[in-house]
Amino acid sequence: MTGPRVLIVGAGPAGSRAAAVLAAAGLRPVVVDEAPRSGGQVYRRPPRDCHRPAKDLYGFEAAKALDLHRAFDGLGEAVDYRPETLVWNVHDGEACTRHSDGTLERIPYDAALLATGAMDRIIPFPGWTTPGVYTLGAAQIAYKYQGCAIGSCVALLGTGPLLYLVAYQYATHGAEVAVVLDTARLSDGVRALPDLLWGGATFAKGLYYRSWLALHGIPLRNGVTPIGVDGEDRVRALRYRDSRGREHHLACDALAFGYSLRSETQLADLLGCAFEFDPLGYQWRPRADGDGRASIKSVYLAGDGAGISGADAADRRGELAALALLADHGQAVDTRRVARLRRELARLQRFRRGLETAFPFPRRLAEGLGDDVLLCRCESIKAGEFRAQAHGLGAAEVNRAKAFSRVGMGRCQGRVCHTAAAEVLAEQLGCEAAAVGRLRGQAPIKPLPIPGQGS
Amino acid sequence: MTDALFRRLADTDRKRVVIVVDGEPVEALAGDTLLTALLTTGHHLRDSEFGDGPRAGFCLMGACQDCWINLEAGGRVRACSTFVSDGLRVRRPKSTS
Repeated sequence: MTGPRVLIVGAGPAGSRAAAVLAAAGLRPVVVDEAPRSGGQVYRRPPRDCHRPAKDLYGFEAAKALDLHRAFDGLGEAVDYRPETLVWNVHDGEACTRHSDGTLERIPYDAALLATGAMDRIIPFPGWTTPGVYTLGAAQIAYKYQGCAIGSCVALLGTGPLLYLVAYQYATHGAEVAVVLDTARLSDGVRALPDLLWGGATFAKGLYYRSWLALHGIPLRNGVTPIGVDGEDRVRALRYRDSRGREHHLACDALAFGYSLRSETQLADLLGCAFEFDPLGYQWRPRADGDGRASIKSVYLAGDGAGISGADAADRRGELAALALLADHGQAVDTRRVARLRRELARLQRFRRGLETAFPFPRRLAEGLGDDVLLCRCESIKAGEFRAQAHGLGAAEVNRAKAFSRVGMGRCQGRVCHTAAAEVLAEQLGCEAAAVGRLRGQAPIKPLPIPGQGS
Repeated sequence: MTDALFRRLADTDRKRVVIVVDGEPVEALAGDTLLTALLTTGHHLRDSEFGDGPRAGFCLMGACQDCWINLEAGGRVRACSTFVSDGLRVRRPKSTS
């Protein structure tokens, strides 16, 4: 073997691009991805039984999606591609994987490039576990991956670019969108304008989605506060308060919500990477230098798993991290290309600042979570129980609070509840969310069936 | 099962597949996940084991772990990331409390 053995986790924009760069350098990286086909969430591909054209699936981003898919598919034997495979643990130059058919393997590596992506960032509200309530990401996956809408009359709630993108995708493909409710105020958007302009075409597309929805009579509301959903066995209605404090009751049979995204950082954590609280994205992320080098030698981070920055940035971060890896292993890299990627990322970072200003994380919703609201959906623990346990036993940070309350100990390992739990605890302690820390990752990072107990 | 949650918008000209849910045949399409098959014909996947009502998944991307259902052959699978196959027999977990 000539070069280092490289493990890439994730085959979204960052992982796919990194794979292409490393393959071109002759390294034949192992690419492990949970999905059956490459593309990640943003460019997720439907199963092979489906035949919709890319334009239907990815809209304005169809060319980018096809380019990424073709680039990855074209690698062929130049990469050791392991789809439908979960990396459930990683340590000391070895990744433990499980294929969906139950096969367990250990993959040794010299360098790891983590491109683990993100999921929706959640703040619970009354009724959020009722059938018919999904994340915005889920609403999009239902369409892209399965050709379905999550309901017949769908309300969309939250904040961030995905809110409007999902609304536009649903409305243009025959789903009924009842309302689009943004917790951000219009004034947030106005304030963000100078930075948003750095987004160029991406910003223009965002404006187009909003305008299209407005022109087609879909109600868009800013500055809203969700109150809850009605319905026992399924969603019957959504109640919310508008920016002037008036209550509304809206009949619908499904609701998708989310407040931007949250990085999937478990593997970086298991490797012992240093973390930092990113004040702009308002969440923890594994620390990396501008090119994606983590605090641990031979670990590289790219894409939304290393701090939310979007698909266009993920693509470039994947390439840059791969080039950093090659440079660190003594290979000559195109320094002009590196300089250009850094410049493009700097521009995208300005745009990101605009997005975070236009769609701020509505922490007031988490702080004000009623005691009766389920905070942890895995173990059905209410916010009031969490407050009582954390307060009564004197938890000063989230891992202690988890030990006392079980919030964060369920099957999702805190992916869904962590954000709100940290806010609730911080409010109780009278400090900032950053001061209560972050939940430590644990292997296996997702539930594993025990061999011999069926599949 | 009636009163479906999900609504099909596209790619409906796929091969028909029949699975068995709680002993009853349910029609699905090749390429459907179990979640899609169950929610285009019904409106829940399981009962919460803590007795706080039915659940129908949440993130659809294998992260939230809310959509685990039982295989009659033994074992459990995530409905959002498991495809249907002809004759596959599944059961929706019932609340024990």
